[in-house]
Parts: sequence; structure tokens; C-alpha cells
Amino acid sequence: MSAVDSVRDRLDALPDVGLVVGFIASIWAVMLVLAIAVGGANWANLAVGFIGSVTVLIGGYAILALALNLQWGYTGLFNIGIAGFMAVGAYTTAVLTAPTDPAAGAVPGLGLPLWVGLIGGMAMAAIIGGLAALPALRLKADYLAIVTVAFSEIIRLVVNWDGLAEFSLFGAPVGTGGATGISFKSANDVAAGLVNGVGQPLVTAADGIGVSGPNLANLTYGVILLLVVAASYWVLTRITNSPFGRVLKAIREDETVTQSLGKDTRRFKIKTFMIGCALMGLAGVLFRGQAGYISPQQFRPTITFYVFAALIIGGSGSNTGSIIGAATFSGLLFYLPARLGENISLGGTRAPGNIIDAVGGLASLDPLPLLAYIISNVSTLRFVLIGVVLIYIIQNQPEGLLGHRNEPATSVSLDRPQSRSGGEADE
Amino acid sequence: MGIAEFARDGRVVLGDRPGAAVVAAVSGFLLLDLVAKLAGTTVFFLGTRLLGGSLTVGSLLSMVVDGLLVGLAVGLAGIGLSMTYSILDFANFAHGDTVTAGAFLGWVAAYITAGLGTGAPISELFMLNSGRQLSTVSTFLPVLLGLVVAGVGSIGVVLLVDRLTYRPMREADNISLLIASIGVALAMRYLIAFVFGTQTSGVASGGLRVTVLSTVSVTDNEITLLVVSLLLMLGVHLLLQRTKLGKAMRAMADNEDLARVTGIPTERVIRLTWILGGSLAGIGGYLLVLESGTISFNFGWILLLLIFAAVIVGGIGSIYGAMAGGVLIGLVDSLALIWLPSGLSRASAFLVLIVVLLLRPSGIFGGVSTA
Repeated sequence: MSAVDSVRDRLDALPDVGLVVGFIASIWAVMLVLAIAVGGANWANLAVGFIGSVTVLIGGYAILALALNLQWGYTGLFNIGIAGFMAVGAYTTAVLTAPTDPAAGAVPGLGLPLWVGLIGGMAMAAIIGGLAALPALRLKADYLAIVTVAFSEIIRLVVNWDGLAEFSLFGAPVGTGGATGISFKSANDVAAGLVNGVGQPLVTAADGIGVSGPNLANLTYGVILLLVVAASYWVLTRITNSPFGRVLKAIREDETVTQSLGKDTRRFKIKTFMIGCALMGLAGVLFRGQAGYISPQQFRPTITFYVFAALIIGGSGSNTGSIIGAATFSGLLFYLPARLGENISLGGTRAPGNIIDAVGGLASLDPLPLLAYIISNVSTLRFVLIGVVLIYIIQNQPEGLLGHRNEPATSVSLDRPQSRSGGEADE
Repeated sequence: MGIAEFARDGRVVLGDRPGAAVVAAVSGFLLLDLVAKLAGTTVFFLGTRLLGGSLTVGSLLSMVVDGLLVGLAVGLAGIGLSMTYSILDFANFAHGDTVTAGAFLGWVAAYITAGLGTGAPISELFMLNSGRQLSTVSTFLPVLLGLVVAGVGSIGVVLLVDRLTYRPMREADNISLLIASIGVALAMRYLIAFVFGTQTSGVASGGLRVTVLSTVSVTDNEITLLVVSLLLMLGVHLLLQRTKLGKAMRAMADNEDLARVTGIPTERVIRLTWILGGSLAGIGGYLLVLESGTISFNFGWILLLLIFAAVIVGGIGSIYGAMAGGVLIGLVDSLALIWLPSGLSRASAFLVLIVVLLLRPSGIFGGVSTA
């Protein structure tokens, strides 16, 4: 039995909500321990800072992984244009909500309230997703992948183009800001307003133990994101358990059979694609545009592949797995190594400036320079780790941590009963 | 062909394949516009500029040269992608990082040999950091050595990656392999960043400028790129036409089970595919750096989508298609500047990719598999 199997069996024993809450709580506990270990007198503030940042990351990636799971896990649509749909949502919201009289040098927008912007962003991401899906869904999975990634790059290049940096929309001056980006109504300010308004006593209390206001606001924002995740999870579970969801699972199992049963699979696929894209658009605003500023740099294809890593770790096909995968990826693989690298010191050995000097130490049997170099480059090496984990999982555990729990399209299970302990697994 | 027949064909195209008709109309319009621009005339319609503008023959030619050079290197790198796509049946997202790895290996070799004896510390040379700019004319032997090392080194890289990653999952479906290649791409790219850092280093600049036509001039490094990539393409052509390997590869791409039954050692053909594709990718990357002058840890990754475009436009599985597709995409990327602002010219290459995939997924040459 592999290590992943034993982890999985233990995870299986828990109910879904308990599983997710327990998992995120244990990541919080890890962050708390780290803060206490390195923070000294300032540990409380550091802990809130760590936990806040990790919660925002988990929330953002969980929304994205859930959206991708709907498209790929349930319907088999291999969309690697996530960054592009995030950009569509974020930029639409930005243009709708940016102030009409911006600071000098910034781009004006339509000045609408944030909630209008969010709805507009989701709607636009869904519409663009639908338009992209219309011709592209005829393609094989790997061609669809290439079309969507090219599409997302086109979107990024278009918003990056200075020709759209400032233009006139029905007489109102608006724009994307080109390469310099655009500032708009910050979702973070809502959290900050909440903390400084209703939560004033909390701020005072937190201040007493040295926790700064902005850190507390960031943590609040992370919790709000988790609430959005919970809402998305609820909606998606409703969708996937509905008759609509059964058709989606049937499409994933065998599209031809589904068609021959009289289902217009194209229409189902396009709808699914649009719902997923709307969620990606929402994540584009709430996650990338948290601080009320976005630029084309934030929507490079790399983020798409991080979401894929998160979903594959969690197990595509399972909504609970998507959230667990997002938490594992962003908390343990993405955030934790970087903080560890920043806070470990080797008692005065300074990291060499390049790898030759670092390896050079080995000649005189001194591993410390190399170790110091590795620690100072942990934020680079964590991506190597993510790549290796991805390869390991796809080779040994293609269904991820929880993907084996994806529900079959039938109402009764057609699988052979699984032997829980010992014996040969019949694969 | 009579006019009536031509018109009927036209109607058939219009009715059956509206997408193709739109593409034909757009290309026709752009061609007309190009002629008008070269003639220096402008056609107005209802007060707005419809056609034309101004463009000198000289600037058109230098755009063509630029596009051709980039396109040749992209085509060279694309051969490997096309081969793995048809023979191993998956889209290899790590191919761009193979290009980067080969380029780094080659340039480190060239840089160190060129710098030996100049007193520059070895760590600065290894990090491509001494500020020295190599060119084919001034440092011929190191550049040549680098070329060889780029080819040989990237063979080692791809064989290692294949052994560790793809070989244990030969029977897996193409999406699993694609995802594994995404993992390989991440790991490779950041290992390179770990060793060489994330900065962009200037390593080459033209040592000699040759005026070809009155207004078009090329550097010695650009001539090297042209000559080497043409020679290598010719070599690949001969290899495939004159050896049994080419036939075996075609058989593998067509039907792997049948090939195995016929006695073709599939595992050996796969290894040769990696060797050929990997070395061409590494050399392509090395030559691109020679032409552009700068190298950074993610340049191959950024180039990957352009290589995909070349391979798909040329038809997946076709080696000649990859070469032609590379040149075509290079030309589109560069000539788009005539009509589009510079920020959007790359988008036009991706648009061509999408249009080809949607209208003619087998590639513009009709999917003749020549591998």
C-alpha cells in the first residue's frame, strides 16, 4: 500500500465537510507552529499574517479548482485557458467599477458599485466562454487544450495592448490600462470596512497582542473567500446531483451513448463550460484583484497549470477533492516552502551568489554554502517539487487523493465492491 | 477552367465551408492592401481609409528576413514536437523547456571555451555573466562547439526525462501523458532557474553585418542560423528517405500495434524519436539565442505556443509540415506588424493556430504524414 493510499483511507473515513474543515484547520495549525517557532515576541502578528495569506490562496485556488472540476472532472472538457477567462472576469469588473475621476495617470472606469462589477464580470466571462466553446468543443481533448491556451494568450495580449489602454465606450472614457494595469474598487476594502466597523472591538483586542489591523483584514478576506468557496461548492453539488449533472457524468463516461439517448450533448457541454468560466471570472476578481489592482502579468498561462496541479492532487471528478487539492497545493506546496526558506538561517553562513560558489564549498568538504544556496532559492525549487508531485501522482495515483469518489452516472453503483484491507487490488 | 466552373466551385466553397471562405476573403483583402501599401496609394471609401497606406519594399523585405529566421529555428524545434505528437501520441508541453535546456547547455559550453584564458573567473563564465558577446565570426570554434553541445546535451536531457517519466506510463492515455509533460515542464524550467537564476543574460551579438540587398542587411549570426537550420533540415530529410528508420517511424505513427507485429522494435524507434527531436530542439534553441542575443530561463516556455502553432499549421506528424509551418508562423508573426500594432502581432500567430485547428485540424498541407 502506497503512502497516498493510507492517507486516502484515513481521509475516506471522514464526512466531506469535516474533512475539508479539518484539513484547512491543520494547515492553519502548521502556520501557527511556524509563526511561534520563528516569530519571537511578534509571533501573534506573524501567525495572523501567515494564516491570512494562506487562507486567501486556498480560497482562490479552491474556487478555480471547483470550476475546472466542473468542466474537466464532470464533462471531460480539457480547458487550459483558465488564465484567460479569469482575465475577462477581472477586467470587466475593473472597467465597470474603476472610478470615473481617477488619480493622475490612472485609467477611468464606469464607477459602478462592486457587486454590479462582480455580476458583470461573471456574465462576461460566461459569454466569452460560450463563444469560445461554440466552435472549439468539436475538437479532441488535446486540441481543445491548445486552442484554449492560445485563446487565453490572445486575451492577455489584447488587454496588454496599449491601443485599449484608454478608449471611449458609448461616450464614457474607459480602458484596460495596457501593460501598467488598472485600479478599481477593491474587494479587500470591503473586508477592511467590515473589520474596522463591526469588528472594531476585535481590532482593539488583537492590537493588544500585537496583531496589526491590515493582517486581521487580510485574514477576514480569506475567510470571506472560504465562504464563497462554500457557496460555490453548494451550487456545484446541487448542479452535479441534478438531472443536468447526471447527463454531464454520462457525457464523461460515453458521449456517443448519451447522444443516442437523445441528449443534445453539445448544448450541455456549452452550458457547463459557461458556468465554469463564470466561476473562473469571479476568481479572477476576488483572487487576483483582491487589492483592487490588476495587470496583464497576473494572467500568464502559468496560473492555469497551478490550478491543474491543485485539481489533479485533489482528484478530478470530486468537488471535495478539488478543495482538498487546492489546500494541499497552495498551503503545503506553494506557500509553506517559501516561508520556510525565508525563516531558516544557517547560523551565519551567507548564501553564495551563484551555484558555482555554492558547489565549490563541497570541494573543501563544506556543505554549508550549498545548503544556504538551496535555502535561499527555495521559492524557485518549490516549483520543481510541484512538477515532481504532479508526475508522481499521474504515474502512481492518477485519480488523486479523492478522485476515486466520483459518482457514476447510474443511480446504483456498477463497480465491484472494493476490498478495504489486504488482498490484491483488482486494477 | 471556365469562368462558370470557377464560379460554381466558389459557390460550393461558400456553401459547404463558410469558414474557409471567410479566411480566403480576409487573406485576399490583406494581399490587396499589401499591394496598395507597397504602391503607396490609399483607397478611401465613404470617408474612411479602406486600403493602403505606405510601406517600403525595403522594410517589407527586412520583415520577411526576420520572420524567415525565427521561423526556421521554430520549425527546427517543431520537428521534435511533431514527432512525439505522432509517435508517442501526446502533446508534449515540456518541449519548450527542452529548447531552453539545450540552449543553456550549448551556451555555457561556448561561453566557457571562449572565455578560457581571458582571465574571467569560471563562475562568471558559467553564469553567462562576463558581459562578453559571442559571434560566429569572432569566436567561430566556441560557437561551433556550443552548437554540438546543445544538440548532444539535450539528447541526454530528453532520454533521462523519458526514462523517468514517460517510459513507466507508455500505455497511459494521451491526457495523462500531457499532464505528466506539464509536470516535467515545471520541474525542468525551475531547475534551470535554480542553476542559472532568473535574469536575462546577453550572450551574443552580430560580429559582422552583410548587406544583402540595398536596404536589407543580416549579421553573421543570422547567416549561421540560416545555414545550420537548412543543413539540418536537409539531413533530416535524407535520414528519413534513405534509411529504414524513416519507414519504421511512419509505421509507428500510423499504427503502433501493427508496427510491433511486423517486427519493428517500437521501444528503439521511440528512443530514436526522442534523440532526433531532442537534439533538434536544443539546436533550435541555441540558434535562436545566437540570433536574438539574449537567454533566460523561460524563453523556451514562452516560445512553446509558437512551436505548437507551427506544428499544427503544418499538420501534426508531418516533419516537412513542421518545417514549413515554422517558416509560415515566423512570417505571420513578423509580417503581422504591417497591419497590427506591435503588441498584437504575436496574437495573430495564435489566431492562425486557432483558425487552422478549427477549420482544418489536419494542417494546411492536408495531413500527409511524412514522418
